[in-house]
Amino acid sequence: MNVLEINHLKKEFDGLTVLQDISLSVKKGEVVSVIGPSGSGKSTLLRCATMLEQMDGGELVYMGEKAAWEEKDACVYAPKEKLKQVRRQFGLVFQNFNLFPHYTVLKNIMDAPVSVDRVPKEEARQQALALLGQLGLEDKADAYPYQLSGGQQQRVSIARALALKPEILFFDEPTSALDPELTGEVLKVIRQLAKEHMTMIIVTHEMKFARELSDRIIFMEDGVIRQQGTPEELFMAPDDRVKEFIGKFAG
Amino acid sequence: MSTTTMLRLLGTGMLKTVSIFFLTLLFSLPLGLLFSFGRMSKNGLVKGISKLYISVMRGTPLMLQLIVVYFAPYYILGIKIPSWYRSGAVILAFVLNYAAYFAEIYRSGIESIPIGQYEAARVLGYGKAQTFVKIILPQVIKRILPPVTNEMITLVKDTSLAFVLTEVEMFTIAKQIAAKEASILPLMVAGVFYYFFNLAVAAVMEWVENRLNYYR
Ligand SMILES: Nc1ncnc2c1ncn2[C@@H]1O[C@H](COP(=O)(O)OP(=O)(O)O)[C@@H](O)[C@H]1O
Ligand SMILES: [Mg+2]
Repeated sequence: MNVLEINHLKKEFDGLTVLQDISLSVKKGEVVSVIGPSGSGKSTLLRCATMLEQMDGGELVYMGEKAAWEEKDACVYAPKEKLKQVRRQFGLVFQNFNLFPHYTVLKNIMDAPVSVDRVPKEEARQQALALLGQLGLEDKADAYPYQLSGGQQQRVSIARALALKPEILFFDEPTSALDPELTGEVLKVIRQLAKEHMTMIIVTHEMKFARELSDRIIFMEDGVIRQQGTPEELFMAPDDRVKEFIGKFAG
Repeated sequence: MSTTTMLRLLGTGMLKTVSIFFLTLLFSLPLGLLFSFGRMSKNGLVKGISKLYISVMRGTPLMLQLIVVYFAPYYILGIKIPSWYRSGAVILAFVLNYAAYFAEIYRSGIESIPIGQYEAARVLGYGKAQTFVKIILPQVIKRILPPVTNEMITLVKDTSLAFVLTEVEMFTIAKQIAAKEASILPLMVAGVFYYFFNLAVAAVMEWVENRLNYYR
């Protein structure tokens, strides 16, 4: 089954079309990378998929359940209760972490399970500690976000998203806000998740990483999907724009 | 008048002043939050009314507001003013005035919280109320403590304006005794009292600020 299905997504900002006719589906366990120049609409795509932005057209389907669809040229969303269910299907990791500064690392991770999903506190705590262990942060449970390096903060934000057991995880340039020497520890965690067959869509500028990790790569430009395919297909693509873009980042 | 009588009288005034201070805070802090919501409302009418209210309360003298609040029932509604209303009017006027100042402080605090905090909460499934109470408000409180402390210190001094309604607070009493006894001593005592009251307010607020310094 497709975890996520986006059909003919259209998004405008003040009458300016930012995404046009984007269709994409992601199967369970698939890892999809999204690459493309700045301003091509990658973040907007993730924000539409995670319902932080309202779509202006098209369909959004999670696990076969429609979250949004088109009716008489307008996009309608499912009722609130239904959307609440839909929200449990996905997690999002932000470029700049967006951790809650007034909560400890542990509370950042366990608070949503407890206050949103009503998981018993002790169970949520154990689960959060286990996640911290997996991500090599067991000694940071009681630290506050400001006491952590960027790489550690991003790992905590990944743990926070995982704690809700999402079907699919979105990453919007998870290493772009980090010093180069800190990107490795975050990429390692994402690699580990891929090994465990976590379904993921990753917007990234790390070409080498995308190439080794992805089942599929999507190249976006000017609000459309210009090319997509396996890493081999895309990196060998005859498309000049893709070549030029990849060349820039291959460094 | 003996010194003890004088101090006893000043003592009752002191209590009155302290009670005006705390009652004003008790009601104006939550009311200010309500006005700040109105001020940030998407509804144009609610927003407009809140904006006008805040601007009038901040743009006219508090002393005038005290007088208007006290006499309004009589001049507008034709109701004979009962004696208990004097203290009520003092509190009401202070609350209405300070809520306007607090509303603007809350608003700037709320608007200073990065949008990413709301978005993270939303994706994690927090509801609107949960997001505000658990994620946003605690951070707002930390940020607005310094301006709130300033308002509190101003409030301590502003309580003396209650003298226009001859409310028997510290300043009113000090002034009366000073006139009657032809002595400046009661006014000096009042000054010292206000000063130490404010020192205490500042100390408490500094303690609260330090308590909230566990994160950045
Ligand atoms: N909130 C917004 N309001 C108006 N325009 C926006 C907004 N967000 C993004 N855009 C525009 O949409 C386009 C795509 O942006 P974005 O999705 O951030 O691209 P990318 O993530 O690929 O760099 C850009 O032209 C950007 O200026
Ligand atoms: Mg982006």
